[in-house]
Amino acid sequence: MHLLEGEGVSRNFGGLVAVAGVDFYVDQGEILGLIGPNGAGKTTLFNLISAALPPSAGTISYEGSPITGLPPYKICRLGIARTFQTVKIFAHLPTVRNVMVGSLFGTGSRSSATEALRIADEELEFVELSSLRDVPAGDLTLASQKRLEVARALATQPKLLLLDEIMAGLTRNEVEEAMDLIARIRARGITVVMIEHVMHAIMGICDRIIVLDFGVKIAEGTPAEVAADKKVIEVYLGEEI
Amino acid sequence: MKAIQMTRDKSVTLGLLIVAFLILALLPQFTSGYLVTLLIDILKFAVLTVAWVVFSGPTGYMSLATAAFYGLGFYIAAVFSGTVPFPLLIMLAGASAFVVALGVGALTLRLRGVYFAIFTFALVLLVQNVVLEVERVVTQTRGRFVETVSTEGVYYAILIVFFLTILAAMLIRRSRYGLALQSIGEYEEAAAHSGINVVWTKVLTFATSAVFMGMAGAIIATRRTYIDPYIAFNLNTSFLPVLMAMFGGMGNLVGPVLGAALFTYIGEILLTRFPDLYMLIFGVVLIVSILFMPNGVLGLAQGVWRKMRGGGHAPS
Repeated sequence: MHLLEGEGVSRNFGGLVAVAGVDFYVDQGEILGLIGPNGAGKTTLFNLISAALPPSAGTISYEGSPITGLPPYKICRLGIARTFQTVKIFAHLPTVRNVMVGSLFGTGSRSSATEALRIADEELEFVELSSLRDVPAGDLTLASQKRLEVARALATQPKLLLLDEIMAGLTRNEVEEAMDLIARIRARGITVVMIEHVMHAIMGICDRIIVLDFGVKIAEGTPAEVAADKKVIEVYLGEEI
Repeated sequence: MKAIQMTRDKSVTLGLLIVAFLILALLPQFTSGYLVTLLIDILKFAVLTVAWVVFSGPTGYMSLATAAFYGLGFYIAAVFSGTVPFPLLIMLAGASAFVVALGVGALTLRLRGVYFAIFTFALVLLVQNVVLEVERVVTQTRGRFVETVSTEGVYYAILIVFFLTILAAMLIRRSRYGLALQSIGEYEEAAAHSGINVVWTKVLTFATSAVFMGMAGAIIATRRTYIDPYIAFNLNTSFLPVLMAMFGGMGNLVGPVLGAALFTYIGEILLTRFPDLYMLIFGVVLIVSILFMPNGVLGLAQGVWRKMRGGGHAPS
């Protein structure tokens, strides 16, 4: 049984087909990369999995049961957490409070405020933001805000983490740190699906990659297979890497 | 250390509240007439403003439905006037407002921003006209009579409801729901994806804030012998708490109370001294305060305090 599985997942916006009948699966413990040109439907697919949007057609199952139709908070409590392409933090709340929202409401079991605060501090430590715990989240740098979103997602104690371009806009060093962070997340036994444009990062850490173009899955395989795929080179990579 | 500080802050706040309550409770023994009447007015607006801030403060959803729930309290008081004891009447009004707000909230809280504000505004007019029509067809009257309660009775009732409102507001702010409401106000989508049942949290808080509005309505209705839909569902009741909250500052609960008190008092003075220029002066005061005190009177006071102490943090 796959951890997450989608069958014929589609989403239209009026006449525009953003995701067209995509089949996909994610297995426990792997890092799956989702790549493709802008507008290929990557973030829409994340929105369908996390229930930010209902699919126009198709079903998504998690741990063997269908989850289509559930509200976002239930998806989160089931163990699917996400970050956002454009950061969506609670800017006026202290950093630690941002993370505490996740540990207080997102875990699926009722935890005390003390316990939630302890988990929040642990996750801040994990993403190396402990020194900024009392600073309003809006005052953090972009790289730190992206880490904060990861910490908030991790605080919900997910089994599956959806990372939407957490490396976009980061410096070379920050990308290295983000790669290290993802490796450490995997080491905790958390399954990761990541959307990314930073090619060397995605090729370096993903076990498997799905390539989308105009809402359609055009390739799937190991990084080496995908990098050698003619169609992928044509529509996305541009040249062999 | 931090925990000790917190419990000390808590007991200081609680102590201050009890002292304030005692002073206000004993007041009618020493004074009468105008001051008590003025305090009833101030406490009424303090209840409405704090109740409004409970929901609209952290979430940023601007509700203009206050008059609907307040007016509902008026009508509960009128319909059951003389048949049930005053305390029960007040509770009945609170319960009705809660139920109506649950329904309204479930329908409207999917709307965001200005749409929500407009809908709640329209709700007041809708309820007003429905009551007007029902009365015309069913009872073939326009208004109703309400059995009066002594000034002291009204004073103590609104005082108790005021402290209940403050207590509820404090409990909500400090509980997990306080954090949930804040995160909804900051970024609703992120709150939903972090495990918060945003719809339920909003609807429940909206309904809780309506309880106190309804109770205030039932109490104040007894100050008038006659009510009709235009008196009960007056749009000023929706707008004034918003202005008072802005005027006082919404950073904590002292702000709205201060705003309600000052606003009511200034309004009273202007109305008695300059009845012709009342609205004009009031308007100017409002514009100036919104322009120059973005965090309200309290924010301004804290800023001055900070400057006097030379850059330290003002107590919040």
